[in-house]
Amino acid sequence: MTTVHTFRINGSDVAGTDGQSILAVATENGIDIPTMCHLDGLSDTGSCRLCVVEVAGSSKLTPACTTLVSEGMDVSTTSEQLCGYRRTIIEMLFLERNHICAVCVANNHCDLQNLAEELKLDHFELPVIAPKVGIDASHALFAIDHNRCIMCVRCVRVCDEVEGAHTWDVMGSGIGVRVVTDMGTPWGESTSCTSCGKCVQVCPTGALFEKGRSIGEGSKERRPFLPYLKNQAQEPELT
Amino acid sequence: MSESAPSAPPAPPKRPRRAADGLRPLEGPARASAYVCEAVSCLSAQSHDILLKLGEQVSGAGLKDVEVKRVGCLLLCASGPLVQIPGTGQLFSNVRPDDLDAIVEALADVTPGEQRAPEAPFFSRQRRIATENSGRIDPESLDDYVEKGGFEALRSVLTSMTPAQVREEITRSGLRGRGGAGYPTGLKWNTVAKAVGSPKYVICNADEGDPGAFMDRSVLESDPYRVIEGMAIAAYAVGASEGYVYCRAEYPLAVSRLRKAIHSAGRAGYLGLHILDSKLGFEVDVRLGAGAFVCGEETALIASVQGGRGTPTTRPPYPAVAGLWDQPTLINNVETFANIAPIIRKGGAWFAGIGTSTSKGTKVFALAGRVVNTGLIEVQMGTTLREIVFDIGGGIVDGRAFKAVQTGGPSGGCIPAEFLDMGVDYESLVGVGSFMGSGGMIVMDETSCMVDVARYFMDFCREESCGKCAPCRVGTTQLWILLDRISHGGATLDDLAQMERLGAMVQRTSLCGLGQGAPNPIFSTLRYFRDEYLAHIVDRVCPAGVCAIEPAPVPV
Repeated sequence: MTTVHTFRINGSDVAGTDGQSILAVATENGIDIPTMCHLDGLSDTGSCRLCVVEVAGSSKLTPACTTLVSEGMDVSTTSEQLCGYRRTIIEMLFLERNHICAVCVANNHCDLQNLAEELKLDHFELPVIAPKVGIDASHALFAIDHNRCIMCVRCVRVCDEVEGAHTWDVMGSGIGVRVVTDMGTPWGESTSCTSCGKCVQVCPTGALFEKGRSIGEGSKERRPFLPYLKNQAQEPELT
Repeated sequence: MSESAPSAPPAPPKRPRRAADGLRPLEGPARASAYVCEAVSCLSAQSHDILLKLGEQVSGAGLKDVEVKRVGCLLLCASGPLVQIPGTGQLFSNVRPDDLDAIVEALADVTPGEQRAPEAPFFSRQRRIATENSGRIDPESLDDYVEKGGFEALRSVLTSMTPAQVREEITRSGLRGRGGAGYPTGLKWNTVAKAVGSPKYVICNADEGDPGAFMDRSVLESDPYRVIEGMAIAAYAVGASEGYVYCRAEYPLAVSRLRKAIHSAGRAGYLGLHILDSKLGFEVDVRLGAGAFVCGEETALIASVQGGRGTPTTRPPYPAVAGLWDQPTLINNVETFANIAPIIRKGGAWFAGIGTSTSKGTKVFALAGRVVNTGLIEVQMGTTLREIVFDIGGGIVDGRAFKAVQTGGPSGGCIPAEFLDMGVDYESLVGVGSFMGSGGMIVMDETSCMVDVARYFMDFCREESCGKCAPCRVGTTQLWILLDRISHGGATLDDLAQMERLGAMVQRTSLCGLGQGAPNPIFSTLRYFRDEYLAHIVDRVCPAGVCAIEPAPVPV
């Protein structure tokens, strides 16, 4: 038996079933909560912290993607403070590594770029960190540019949960953290990688890309072969 | 016995029983004893050589009825190696192996049967519960522990109490988690007991990572059986059958003593199936951490025990409901478990009678920094900072002026002199912008620069951030850059305002306690020492003379 919970998001009454996240219910009701690490079809880690929302009665902010709905909760997603926090998170992601759109393969089809526009991030206030962190182009078809990676770990999750290969994982700590293939060996030498390209499909930025494609050739050729990854499939094709 | 029963494991090779490794056993009862500290800080100052030499000299002097014994921490760690004569209460510090005559002489004069504690205020002002056996028993001897009343609490729990009664006793005691946050232990035990799922697990968190804190290490090195007993009682109370001690690999002596203790407790029937012929079956295993500070956070700890990368996950679900392998899991700190046996032995009401209205019992602190007596102390909750720093700690070295005391590690704060008369408990520390934490207490005098202190802790957090969530990963580095700029004299007042804004954001949006607590050292130093920040920014001077201020740019 499924229990239905009624509660409020931004003052309007909504209903969700047991086990649904706040984010899922908000999306169903057309309420937009910015996210970066979340992708339908993959498990949620609550790591980008963009989707944090306020729940009445709790002094803590809670991520909408991992918080399950409960009866009578009163969620607010759009306070000025939240928007400020989100803008700072995006700003920090931009400054953490090199995200110069003009010379990026994902220019104009990048989730980070879109979100920055949406949140009206028009200048940086914090210091730029951007250390040179290298590119691994040893794979025959794909390459990873760590300078563009925002550590959403969608690639790690899709490789483990959908492809079942678990080629990708994470190593390091602090801002030295990296996604790595096969415990840190070059991607081209990976024995577990099936070259399926799912990681490239789910990457929100220009970190993972197909070789031999110019910026002008547009998107990462988002073929609809991962239909369960909804928000990728819905993205408008660039002409 | 039926044939299907497993054959008994082969008996281990017999070793002669010795008072301590390398010493001959005593034939009769001891008239006098000399306790030699063999916890790691004294060991690193060659206390084992002293143990052997003292043994030689004692027998050389014909003192056949004097026992030389290895014990755990004698508390005054910075003055090691330490030797104590419990018969007279004398404590010899900074002992050298070629200078033991005074000890042998003192041993010759001991009146049998007398026991005296050292009289110095460092010892007499303490109240020892969690560390009551520390420095009194041989940490590697089960017999010694049992002789001092060890495993009595476990026996009485198994023979005369129901699990619910045990939990009620712990609830009545008012014991709160000693890992830092102070969550009521009885409530946690009740939650795990009520959670649905089998098997349940008990985990002892011995991943002590705060800079300058070594309370858990000392308890494990000095009295490992007490922790095991506490875990076994917890297992009975919540219905768990397996336990893990998650200890950092940087504590090799603690790990080895713990493993020996688990082994010998198992052989003596205090662990394993049918503990003390009861229905309780409980096994304990040790898991080593690989040096990540964040693994002290309970969800990261669980990930690490499971063999994964030690990164925290969002709560709820709490480990009490879905923890290790998604089963109900009780996680308590070493010191919390060390308090269990005395509570059962003497009753929850006794424990509740100690301390303040909200914080019961005692707290172990690692007293460090610019005080005369540095070492381990256990004081009643509510003891004032003045008592701790000036009576127990003996005041500031070189007679300098007291400036602040830092508690709570990288999530804590600095408490200035105006709060010296404040009693220390969970609430009072939070009230002044600090945090109990696991019990590190660093005393600072006028030679410490508060900007530098904040910068040091931020540097620690930025390296120890696991890198999972963006606010902590990038935010701690950004805060460190700003602090670094201030400490070099290159910052503006805008930078200061920026730092405060960013700090508040990191505090509110980070995933786990590491990020949420990381800005605390900044906020607490800003609250009480804003003038020092302004001196760095506006006047470009470091009042304490610590920071290397770069010369101001020449206006063109």
